[in-house]
Amino acid sequence: MITTARPRRRAERSVGTVLRRLDSGQLLLICAAGLVAVAGVGYTAAAGLDRPEIAVAFGALIAVGELARLTMPGNREVAPIGAAAALGYTLLLDLSQHPLRHPALQVVAVIAVGMIAGALPHLAVGRPPRLDAMARRLLIGALPAFVFRPLADPLYELTKPPTSTWWPALAAMATLIAITLLIDVLIAALLRAEQVRTAFRVAVRDEINMAFPLGAAVGSSGVLLALATHSMDLVALLVFAAPLLVTQVAFRKYAGIRATYLQTVRALSRVTEVGGYVEPGHSRRVSRLAVAIGRELGMAEPELLELEYAALMHDIGQLSLRDPIPGGATVLTEPEQARRIAELGAEVIRQTGVLDRVAEVVRRQCDPITEDPPLSSRIIKVANAYDDLVGPSTDRDRAGAALERVRQSPGGSYDPHAIEALGRVIDRGRV
Amino acid sequence: MRDLPWPARAYLVAVIGVAAALIVRGVVVSGAPVAPENLDILLVLALLFLVCESMPTLLNVEQFAVSVSFSASLAAVVLLGPEGAALVGLTAVVSVRPGLPWIKRLFNGAQFAICGFAAGWVYVALDGQVGVPQVNAFDDLIGPYVAATAVFVPLNIVLTLTVIALATGSRATEVPMRGMVQFLLSYLGYGTFGLLVAGLWATVASISAVLVLVPLFVARWAFGQYHAQQRSYDATIAALCQAVETKDYYTRGHCTRVSHASSMIAQEIGMGVERVRAIRYAGMLHDVGKLGVPTKVLQKDGPLTEEEFAAIQLHPMRGLEIVRGIGFLDEAYAGIMHHHERHDGTGYPMGLAGDEIPEFAKVIAVADAFDSMTSDRSYRGARPVPVAVEELRKCAGTHFDPVMVAAFIRALEREPWQSPPRVDPPPPEAAESPIKDHDDPTMPIEVVTGQ
Repeated sequence: MITTARPRRRAERSVGTVLRRLDSGQLLLICAAGLVAVAGVGYTAAAGLDRPEIAVAFGALIAVGELARLTMPGNREVAPIGAAAALGYTLLLDLSQHPLRHPALQVVAVIAVGMIAGALPHLAVGRPPRLDAMARRLLIGALPAFVFRPLADPLYELTKPPTSTWWPALAAMATLIAITLLIDVLIAALLRAEQVRTAFRVAVRDEINMAFPLGAAVGSSGVLLALATHSMDLVALLVFAAPLLVTQVAFRKYAGIRATYLQTVRALSRVTEVGGYVEPGHSRRVSRLAVAIGRELGMAEPELLELEYAALMHDIGQLSLRDPIPGGATVLTEPEQARRIAELGAEVIRQTGVLDRVAEVVRRQCDPITEDPPLSSRIIKVANAYDDLVGPSTDRDRAGAALERVRQSPGGSYDPHAIEALGRVIDRGRV
Repeated sequence: MRDLPWPARAYLVAVIGVAAALIVRGVVVSGAPVAPENLDILLVLALLFLVCESMPTLLNVEQFAVSVSFSASLAAVVLLGPEGAALVGLTAVVSVRPGLPWIKRLFNGAQFAICGFAAGWVYVALDGQVGVPQVNAFDDLIGPYVAATAVFVPLNIVLTLTVIALATGSRATEVPMRGMVQFLLSYLGYGTFGLLVAGLWATVASISAVLVLVPLFVARWAFGQYHAQQRSYDATIAALCQAVETKDYYTRGHCTRVSHASSMIAQEIGMGVERVRAIRYAGMLHDVGKLGVPTKVLQKDGPLTEEEFAAIQLHPMRGLEIVRGIGFLDEAYAGIMHHHERHDGTGYPMGLAGDEIPEFAKVIAVADAFDSMTSDRSYRGARPVPVAVEELRKCAGTHFDPVMVAAFIRALEREPWQSPPRVDPPPPEAAESPIKDHDDPTMPIEVVTGQ
């Protein structure tokens, strides 16, 4: 049933538009990744592969991982199996007690070739890769290789008699994984802050929440792969990818239901439009605007999700009215009636039994500032008022006039911070 | 224990007795069940077993709950031998699961001990080396290990199912085969984790257990999140659909009941789990497009003009328009769009007939009409279920697909239908006009033509 349906229009986008949609940070990342990949492949082509069968085996696992990449909530593309395989290849010390001495650049080459091979089938069915996400995965895979490969030989010597200890190797691996994870989070947060215009501090927190569980799974699986080759043949690679496979399945299901959930609330928020209660596209526009304002005000992702749900459903109470309000504009109706609609809507949402905070936000969306409603309610109030005045129009003058009118409204009806954030969002011209 | 039937009690006593005998025998034969130098391994594995056993389940397949604890038992088979595996299994008695009665704990511990011992016995019989394996002896482990798993898992299932069958006096045979196979496969898959723990023990000792477990716990966390989201999603979609219905006093709860009846039919005709889930949502959402039809048309008493009828005919399309953004199976869309087609081709919006009608739509059509007939309407009371069934039977072949009607009747025999509670006459302000229901097959829509 539920699949993470990728929007079809992505397939129709030409390369030109793909490039134009990237901002400077992403371009920089892609260039860096391209350079590293070229260096790796070039060096390996010149110097030849060290232990080709191992390189091929890990390359194949990386390709499989890339093939099975998935999109996590917040449109984050991840490929946990590929990442673990890359990490495993980086951390290899020996294969059945024969020390391995492949250089870092060879690791890069294997990762790059594996990723490209895994992306090809996606391309064949019309899903071009997200270049920035791929670049980030490549760089994050390459980084530990440059640090760890020079250490591999001395660490391996320690595991042999007379010392026979694995602890230094394990400690080095764990430290390296932790540092890499941290760098990955920082890069992701930088990109995200630029992309969706959120505060860097907030982005870091969001990315840590997202990256931690998956990062822990990938890290330990990478170590597991590297250790497994100490005592077993390459065939064991498949067995040792099993725990990660379970993780991958779980995350795919989770990401799928999250995506469907959002799609469903977005879709069903349109029933008020189809029923003629509000202008077409109103709920969607209000939700976009509200989320943009929320980001501007430094809200974190879980709060933003609740804000989006509340904004999408802010008019759902109108369904309980026998007849639509003419024109559907709640900002122009009697305050008493607007309040009743809010109460009815909150009642509907409370019925779910799980969205109580969303219901509270919807219930208090009309409250004046003096009653201290939640921030999300204030944001929705401002966004709703603005959209009622502007509608689907993209005319800048009309937008300016509407903003001015919201600003001029008597003190205490709207939150001044939210109005200011709205002004900044509109100035940018991109919601 | 008292309220159990006597065969169940005898069985419990037997299982616990056998387990106790095995462990006592181990102590008597070799002095101690585990060599003193292996006590640390026993401790780590027992701890591992306890942690896994105390965690809520990793995977749910209908009635079963799988925990990966048995992979610790299987690791113990390799590292400690049969007696050690039995001891590790026995720790299930003290697992941290509040509210689990002591008799169940005792039984769990005993059956895990028996399974562990049997698996260990098979492992040894097949020349498996007991003890921490040599660094490069991994390949020799695999054969005996697989055999041990193949004994452990079925034995575990049989022991548990028997007690369930005896205690509830029922129907262990009714466990769906499909679920069973999926369950068995994942069980065997988890079995490999024990091999990983044992195989890596020589290199990094107990760290291997941690490395294997971290991805599993992350997976468990993600599965938990998934199930929570799924429940939350179901509740949300139901609440939103009910909100759409609040306009019409009499059709409250219609969407959830149609959803339920659709899934009954879908299960009866043997649809897969994913398709049943999709049809549940399709049944839930089948009428959202009604909101696009003006209330006065929906509730008009007397014949409709052609324009008004056209507006009604549009509602499945409107519904489709709304839900198209949701990443469903295409089949669910087709079910919503065509749920008013009729078997003889006289339905709407496309006038499809017979096998042209998508399967989902055929199912929803039957469920929809049945619920409409068994609910109160302003112009008539609810019909009793047998009358509605008779009506369905009469319309099979003209209005409905006979296969679906037959499947629904079979399903109803197994699971009696809960008719909605009587609707009290609505408060005066809601009772402005008589309300007609276009879903009711006994009240055909009259259209005034030739005007």
